[in-house]
This record gives sequence, C-alpha cells and structure tokens, in this order.
Amino acid sequence: MSDAHPIAPTARIPRRRVGSPALSVPRVELTAAPASEDASPVRLEAAGLCKSYRKGRVAIPVLRGVDIQVRNGEFLAIIGQSGSGKSTLLHLLGTLDAPDAGEVRYNDLRIDNLPAAKRDQLRNQRIGMIFQFYHLLPEFSALENVLSPLMIASGALAYYRRRRQHLARAKELLELVGLGHRLKHKPRELSGGEMQRTAIARALVAGPDVLLADEPTGNLDQSTGEEILKILRTLNSQQGLTIVMVTHDLAIAEQADRVVRLVEGQVQQV
Amino acid sequence: MYKLLLCWRYLRTRYIALASVISVTLGVATMIVVNSVMSGFSFEMKSRIHGILSDVIFESHSMSGFHDAEYHMEQIMRVAGEYIAGMTPTVHVPAMLTFKYGGKMVTRQVTLIGVDPKTAGNASSLPEFLQHPENRKRLSFNLREGGYDTHDRQSGEDSGDRDVLADAGWPYRRWWAAREQAFEFDAEQAMRVPPPEFEGAEQQAGAEQAAGPAAGPKDPFAAAQPKQNVFNPMQEQHAGLVLGIALSNYRDQNNKERFLLMPGDDVQLTFPNAGNPPRAINSYFTVVDLYESKMSEYDSTFVFVPIDVLQKDRGMIDPTSKVGYVNSIQIRLKDERDGDLVRDKLRAAFPTELYNISTWRDKQGPLLAAVQMETAILNVLLFLIIAVAGFGILAIFFMIVVEKTRDIGILKALGASGRGIMGIFLAYGLSLGMVGSGVGMVLGLLFVIYINQIAEVLSYITGHDVFDPSIYYFYKIPAIIDPFTVAWIVCGALAIAVMASVLPARRAARLHPVEALRYE
Repeated sequence: MSDAHPIAPTARIPRRRVGSPALSVPRVELTAAPASEDASPVRLEAAGLCKSYRKGRVAIPVLRGVDIQVRNGEFLAIIGQSGSGKSTLLHLLGTLDAPDAGEVRYNDLRIDNLPAAKRDQLRNQRIGMIFQFYHLLPEFSALENVLSPLMIASGALAYYRRRRQHLARAKELLELVGLGHRLKHKPRELSGGEMQRTAIARALVAGPDVLLADEPTGNLDQSTGEEILKILRTLNSQQGLTIVMVTHDLAIAEQADRVVRLVEGQVQQV
Repeated sequence: MYKLLLCWRYLRTRYIALASVISVTLGVATMIVVNSVMSGFSFEMKSRIHGILSDVIFESHSMSGFHDAEYHMEQIMRVAGEYIAGMTPTVHVPAMLTFKYGGKMVTRQVTLIGVDPKTAGNASSLPEFLQHPENRKRLSFNLREGGYDTHDRQSGEDSGDRDVLADAGWPYRRWWAAREQAFEFDAEQAMRVPPPEFEGAEQQAGAEQAAGPAAGPKDPFAAAQPKQNVFNPMQEQHAGLVLGIALSNYRDQNNKERFLLMPGDDVQLTFPNAGNPPRAINSYFTVVDLYESKMSEYDSTFVFVPIDVLQKDRGMIDPTSKVGYVNSIQIRLKDERDGDLVRDKLRAAFPTELYNISTWRDKQGPLLAAVQMETAILNVLLFLIIAVAGFGILAIFFMIVVEKTRDIGILKALGASGRGIMGIFLAYGLSLGMVGSGVGMVLGLLFVIYINQIAEVLSYITGHDVFDPSIYYFYKIPAIIDPFTVAWIVCGALAIAVMASVLPARRAARLHPVEALRYE
C-alpha cells in the first residue's frame, strides 16, 4: 500500500475474526488490512515518529524517529525510564497527540493526520486505552463508566433504543474482569485494582482491536498488578486482543510476548 | 447521552454552581414582582383616568365654546358613527369655590364642569364614582334624603369609615339651616329697631304675628321668615353640585376621615362669563354628592354642575334660538383601541383651527409616559442584576472547567468530540439557568399573588405601614401578572446563563487531551 492513506478502502480483504463471539460487535471497516503470507498482519505501526516539547524557546526532543510495528494479536511491552517518552509514544499511537514528523498507521492506513472527527471515532471504537491513574469519571458509577464510550458513540435517542443491549454488554465485561458485584459503585468507593479493572472493561466495551495500556500496574501493589496483568494476558491469548503496554518495570514487561526498549527517543529491540 | 447524564450529575453534585444562580433567581423574582406591580399601578391609573376622561375629547379652543352641541354630535356621528358608543356635551370653566367653614370663608381653585345628567353616563364613568347608590344608577342634581355610603365603597368594607355621611343630604341641611336661622333670629332680635308707630304698620305686624304661630307649633322660627320669595334652605336647594371628594375631606391626626363639606351644604362658585371682557359671575350651589375617583388630581379639582345652569349663568345660551354653547363633547367608543383612528377621522373632518380633538391618552400623555419610563428604567436596572449574575456563572464555570480538566481529557481519549464537550457545559449552563429562573419565577409569582399579605406581615413586623393607602389612593397593592412579560424575563435569564457558559465551554472544548490527562 504505497499510495497515500486512502480513507476509502481500495481493496477489501476479509478480516480475521479474532475476538470471541461475545466481544466482537459488528462494526464498520475503516480500511482494509494488508495481506501478509507468513505472519499476522501489522495492526498498528509507527514510522519515524518524532515529537518534541517546547519549553520556552527550547525544543526538547522526546521521540527521535521511532519505528515500531505491532502485529495483530501481539502483546507488546515498551519499557523505558521515566521521561523516556513512553507515554508520548502511546498517546501518538492512540491519536491523542499529533507527531511532529513520521506516521502512525492503523491497518496500514495513516491515522495521525485524519480529521478530528475520524480520529475521535477511531479512539471511540478501535483503540481502547487504560492509564496508570485509571482515569475514571468520578461522577459515574462503575457501570456508567464502562458504558460511557457507547454513550459517546451514539446520540441520546439511539443509545436509549439499544440501552438493554449496551447494558448487557457492559455487565458482561464487568463480570469478565471480576467486578460483577460492584456495578453501582462510584470510583471513589473502589480500590485501585477494581478501578483499573473497570477501566479495562471500559476500554473494551466498544470492541476495539487494540488496547493501549499506559503503566497499567504503576499505581498498584504487586499482587494487584499481577491480577491486572493476568486479565490482560487472558484477553490477549483467549480473544486475540492486540495489546501495547508501556511500563518502566522489566519484570512486568517480561510477561509480554515481545519487549522493546525506548532509549533516548529511539526503539531498541530487547 | 453522556452529555445529559454528566450535566445531570454535575447539577446534582456542584452546589457552588447552584449558589451562583441565586442571583439569577433573585433577579428574575424581582423583575416579575416589579413588572407586575408596575403594570398593576399603571392599569389602575389608566382605568381611573380613562373612567373620568372619555375615549375621545372633542373641544373648542375658546372658553366660550361652540354653538349647538346637537348639531356637532350629528356631524360626529356621520364621520365616525360606527365606532361611537355614546356622547355627552360638557362645559369646562376654571372657577373658584368658596364656602364657609368654622366661621371663615374658605376658597379653593377648581375646574368647573357642566354635565348633562341625562347623557353623562353614556360617555364617561362619572356616575360610578358617586357616593349615593341612586346617583350611581342615574345621576341627579337633586339633593337626596340621606342614604349616602358610609364606607369607602371602592376599597372594601374594612377601610374608610365615614359615619358622618349617614346624616348627609336633607337631614343635615335642615339641621344646619335650623341652627343658622336660630342664630340669625337672635341677631335680628338683638338688633331690632323699634318699629315706627304707624297704625298700618302696627296692623301689619299684628297680622304677621298671627300668621306665624298658625303655621305650626313645631316651627318656632316660622315667624322669622319675612317674605315668601326669600330662599329657604330648610326646604329649598340651589342648583345641584357634585364635589370632588378631596376638596372636602381631610384626615385628622388619628387618621380619621373628616369632611369640610357634605351633601346638603351650600357653596359659592365664582367663574368667568362668556362675555367680552369676561366678568366674574357668582352663583350659589348645593352640594348633592361627592365624587371619588381615587385619582387625587381629579378628586381635588373637579366640580360638576348641571350644564344648563352653567350655560345660563355664563350667558352661553343664544337668546334667539335658545340653543346653548358648549366647550367640548366627550365621546365614548365601542372599542377603546380605535381612539387614534377616530381622532384622526375627526381631525380630517373638522377644522383644527376651531376644534381640538384628542384621545384620553393624548391628554394624560406625560403621566402615562412617566410611568412607562419608570418601568423601562427599572427593567434595565434589574436586567443588569441578572447580567451581573451571568458573570458569576462565568467565573464559576471557568473554575469547574479547570476542576474537570482531567475528566475532559478522559472523555476526549474515549472519543468525545470538542463539540460534545462544549455541549456538556452549554447544557450545564442552560440547566443552571433553568433552575435559577424557574425558582425565581415561582418565587416572584408567589410574591405577587400574596403581595398584600406580605405587606401586612411586614407592617406587623416593622410596626409602620409599608403601603400607606392615603398616599397611593389604593387600599390594596395592585398587581397584574402578564404571562408574556414573565416568559420574556425567564427567556432573558436563560439566554444570559447560556451566554455566560459559552466561553468556559469553548475553553473546555479546546483543551488538549494529552495536557488534560497529564493533569494529576
């Protein structure tokens, strides 16, 4: 696919069903995935990503040409020291931020320069994200937090029409992460591990292909962190979810399929 | 969906924002109260003015007036007959009212109006404001045998105790006449010069002495009546006169109403005649009723007399045709709103060099304009209060946006658009405005509905009258709720609340998600 980022697919190849029947919801194809004979197709790709932050007049480079390929169904861990630009890379992959140079491709479609509405839609439906600080909405209960991507996806009326379906799916996911008994609790009434599990359920509710995890265990004690990792590994192995996890802890990173190290703004294979 | 849900949650959890709309609430409530009371006042005032003045007034520039009211009324009917419900001719003259009170002569400046008792009720509400029930049904300038209202009819039975009027009319007149005659008789006796000693004179005196007791033992003063053609106030009255009540009444230190003049009293009027140069004419009248419109301007200047008496006294009757001159014709319309139309038609039909044609609004233009101006200025000031409340909302909203920065980042990370985020805060502003103005509306309406009770409670607490009826001429605070005005006020408050939330909402929409998420 050498031609520049077509919004409309030129060739449409049937996507492999990776999710369990429960987790796969019918959705619109953004573009066609490239055919790959030997390995799984590349789901998410960064090519020559550069990003620098301005501090006054001085530009501080954070990423200096990052190339990374995440294959479908892969569990990739990116490790690096604090300030090495791990989170920045993850934000760029998740189109929360725009790179200064380079490209981000999703299913071989360039996504970093899509119009804002398309990127919003992508984040809403294709890329799930979890964070170190969970980032749940304090006004919403666990169930409502899980439902929020679905609420964002559709208007009030459309949501209301399908509310039973949505509710059933949110409950199912919360049960999957072991929170079936905490549906009505507000985030402040949940423990750290429970909050992170809620966040995972929220990230998955719209049925994304990719989960971006930003230090998911960074704020948790070891055993709770292990539980979270176990959930992620299960999701990866049983449902074929592509996961990109960022961490500074090698012990945690080693539980992934593949680990890369981010040093001085560039990727080193480990 | 998430917008509404979040907005609802914010509304229920952010009490400080609710505090910021209290000023909206107060502003809306005050505006509703002020507008209702002002429109109540102006409605009362208009209806009073309108009750006295007819819809359209057709008058001559000169004081001597125009000839033949009948002919003019026919012409007016021809021009605008389809709009006219009734007409009456009147004569207006500035005059001086003089009467005796406490042994002193009291003089008042008045506007003397000659009215036709038969048609006065057709064109104005003059009879409605009189104190005798029969006069209200049908105006008469004959003194009545008592039966005048002993309380202030227009302001309810609990106010305006007027027991003295119970004797008004002939009983009162006979009482003072008797007293006066007794006084005069004594004076006459004391000053009597011994009669000349003629035989004829002796006889005449003797005949008088004989006739006196024969007239009746009940009347010891009959002997004092020297001649038959002398006016006897015991049985006779002068031409009738209806007196503006404020010319007569006053309140003493106990706030009790007292009267200088009552139906049955005689007064003297001095007014110019229609000659050239005008000369002052003096004429006696008998007060037959009191006129109370509650418009102090009218109650303290208007004096009504029969038009034929006034025409005769002023020399306004053409000696050959016996047809009188009048100053003006009062016209009442079927629909008051046609006033301007009828005025313009009449102005086109009659030469404006001779006639001045105006509506009652034209006549009271300055007063009505002043009330309107007052209302407008109050509205501007009160709306500024709501605008100030808008800035309060603005400040609080900026605070909330800062507080919610992380949530905004989360929502964006979950795929919410900038528009969606903006929608949350606009909807939040709107719902705050709705809460504020809704509560304000309810408070304002309750206040207006129970305004008199509230005034009473306030009087009771503070110990002095909040609303002094003797100043305002209303015994209750008048208030009219205009749904349209209320709707406007509420919409204005809503608009201000939404406008105040636009800037913070835009700021929220533009927040960079990464910056927002980094916020810890």
